[in-house]
Amino acid sequence: MLNIFVCVKQVPDTETKVIPNSDGTFIETSSIKWIMNPYDEFAVEQALLIKASNAGATVTVVRVGGSKDTEALRTALAMGADEAILVEAGDNLDSYMIAKAIKGAIDKSGKKPDLVFAGKQAIDDDCLQVPQLLAQMLDMPSVSVVVGFEMNGTKLNLKREIEGGSLEVYEVDGPVLVACNKGLNTPRYASLPGIMKAKKKPMAQHSLADVGVTDADRRVKYSGFTLPPEKPAGKKFEAMEEGQRAGVVKDVVGLLRNEAKVI
Amino acid sequence: MSKVLVLAEIQGDDVKSVAYEILGKLAGQSIDVAAIGSIPAAAAEKLAKHGAENIHSLKGDKLDHYTPEGWSNALKNFMSDKGYDYVFSGATATGKDLIPRLAGMFDAGMASEVVNFTFDGGTFAGTRPLFAGKCLAKVEIQGPKPHFVTVRPNALGMPTSENAKAGATNEASVDAGTIRAFVKEIVKGASEKLDLTEANVIVSGGRAMKNAENFKILNELADVIGATVGASRAAVDSGFAPHAMQVGQTGKTVSPSLYIACGISGAIQHLAGMRTSKVIVAINTDPDAPIFTKADYGIVGDLFEIVPLMTKEFKALLG
Ligand SMILES: Cc1cc2nc3c(=O)[nH]c(=O)nc-3n(C[C@H](O)[C@H](O)[C@H](O)COP(=O)(O)OP(=O)(O)OC[C@H]3O[C@@H](n4cnc5c(N)ncnc54)[C@H](O)[C@@H]3O)c2cc1C
Repeated sequence: MLNIFVCVKQVPDTETKVIPNSDGTFIETSSIKWIMNPYDEFAVEQALLIKASNAGATVTVVRVGGSKDTEALRTALAMGADEAILVEAGDNLDSYMIAKAIKGAIDKSGKKPDLVFAGKQAIDDDCLQVPQLLAQMLDMPSVSVVVGFEMNGTKLNLKREIEGGSLEVYEVDGPVLVACNKGLNTPRYASLPGIMKAKKKPMAQHSLADVGVTDADRRVKYSGFTLPPEKPAGKKFEAMEEGQRAGVVKDVVGLLRNEAKVI
Repeated sequence: MSKVLVLAEIQGDDVKSVAYEILGKLAGQSIDVAAIGSIPAAAAEKLAKHGAENIHSLKGDKLDHYTPEGWSNALKNFMSDKGYDYVFSGATATGKDLIPRLAGMFDAGMASEVVNFTFDGGTFAGTRPLFAGKCLAKVEIQGPKPHFVTVRPNALGMPTSENAKAGATNEASVDAGTIRAFVKEIVKGASEKLDLTEANVIVSGGRAMKNAENFKILNELADVIGATVGASRAAVDSGFAPHAMQVGQTGKTVSPSLYIACGISGAIQHLAGMRTSKVIVAINTDPDAPIFTKADYGIVGDLFEIVPLMTKEFKALLG
């Protein structure tokens, strides 16, 4: 039987206007609409594709975060995951604490992970640390930014995207953590029956203490959240008419050279 | 004063330039540089000029190509008796994957993708964008040492003054340990250009490009000014360009000196990926396109007219 775990994170919708809170310790979260981290959708989908062709495989989704809104886990269950684990925590844990909490939750489930999936990065803190840290904690290899996945028995062939669109083709035999990129698959939408069924699926809930994470595990501290400085208004040139074009382009090229000094 | 290791990546007969950017900012600390492979002599000379006291070329079996396990085992092996306080690397494709794993081996903390930092009293404090650059925060590291930091390429800029140090070169043999996920093959991408995340100049096309063939005019401009070509998500989703070229919140975050946006409206998710560019040029037919609010130089015009003119003008200027 194949035990598949998928790490999902809940992040502010990409349209969100981000505002630092009054003491600059985090952002204002009261009016945020939460979504599943977009890259995690590829992770959930890949797990479900494997489940579909491996009888007896189970897909467990794990999330560390607030319990008020469980959009990400619900979406994963509605897409077809079997069960969910929520480790209740505040908004601003660091990557080390999150990885350790997921490791603790996997241990506590009593299942030995055969495959672990995650998104290649979360679009809130963009740290790109949890997959690699978790793999290290689970004593597993990991392959990140994965855009191609083939499985033959326990043997996996994974394509990792590197610079300039080049690919590294990895071969792994045995348990591995796969951090997924866009292009790996096309995530399914949760169907209405899926959404109904999701309500009855098990969702275990643990505290950070339950999974062995304490304040002493904090490695990274954020403070002083501010908005980036606004750029002063730039120069705008009208060049719709044929007669204007050559002159405008000459001017702008000159400004790039002599004023901005970037060419 | 802290003892710092800067991990460099060999590229041709030099190392990736982000290593020099980091060195420039570390002046005043005791700095070693290491890379897996043979650091070319010319690069070693430059590294010494910019503050490297020792320059280590790390060699061993199964290290010719990057693998997360092989390279992290090798570096852990090398670092074991050195007592570094900090380890720095560029936030490159390799750095982003390698450093968190290495930090995990030391149970240590890591600050990702910093765009600036200070070293008051030998202690690191960084600045980094969060929520796709919609805000900035200060980042500090605590707990067991060494502390790990990745720096976004092009963010610090090249050092403007020299800080020459001994730059003693050394070869060390290191052990790649057990590699369970190994690289069987490398499939070269179409582009020989610098990756978007490291490019100093970028020309991007949006939905207005209409098709993949039309990207030719962007490639021609890019060739003249040494740029890498990017795209908006609309262009990627319409099949004009591969996802590897997507700039934005769900694509690549870039910070070149010059970003030229052609036929891109400037949606919040696109801006998130390129707003830290030093100079932004926008070419758009719609005078009210949001991209103009972020552009240093905006041209209200048809990209199919403007881009070729620009190519011609740059050609004349740059010879
Ligand atoms: C979860 C999520 C994640 C996303 N992530 C990203 C991301 O990472 N990157 C990204 O780019 N987008 C992203 N988007 C999409 C984003 O919201 C926009 O839809 C997208 O950026 C629009 O691309 P565009 O500017 O090319 O197209 P459009 O918005 O259609 O703009 C085309 C522009 O071209 C101009 N134009 C038309 N003809 C010409 C011409 N001949 N010459 C000059 N100008 C012309 C028009 O005036 C218009 O401004 C994301 C969206 C979501 C929901």
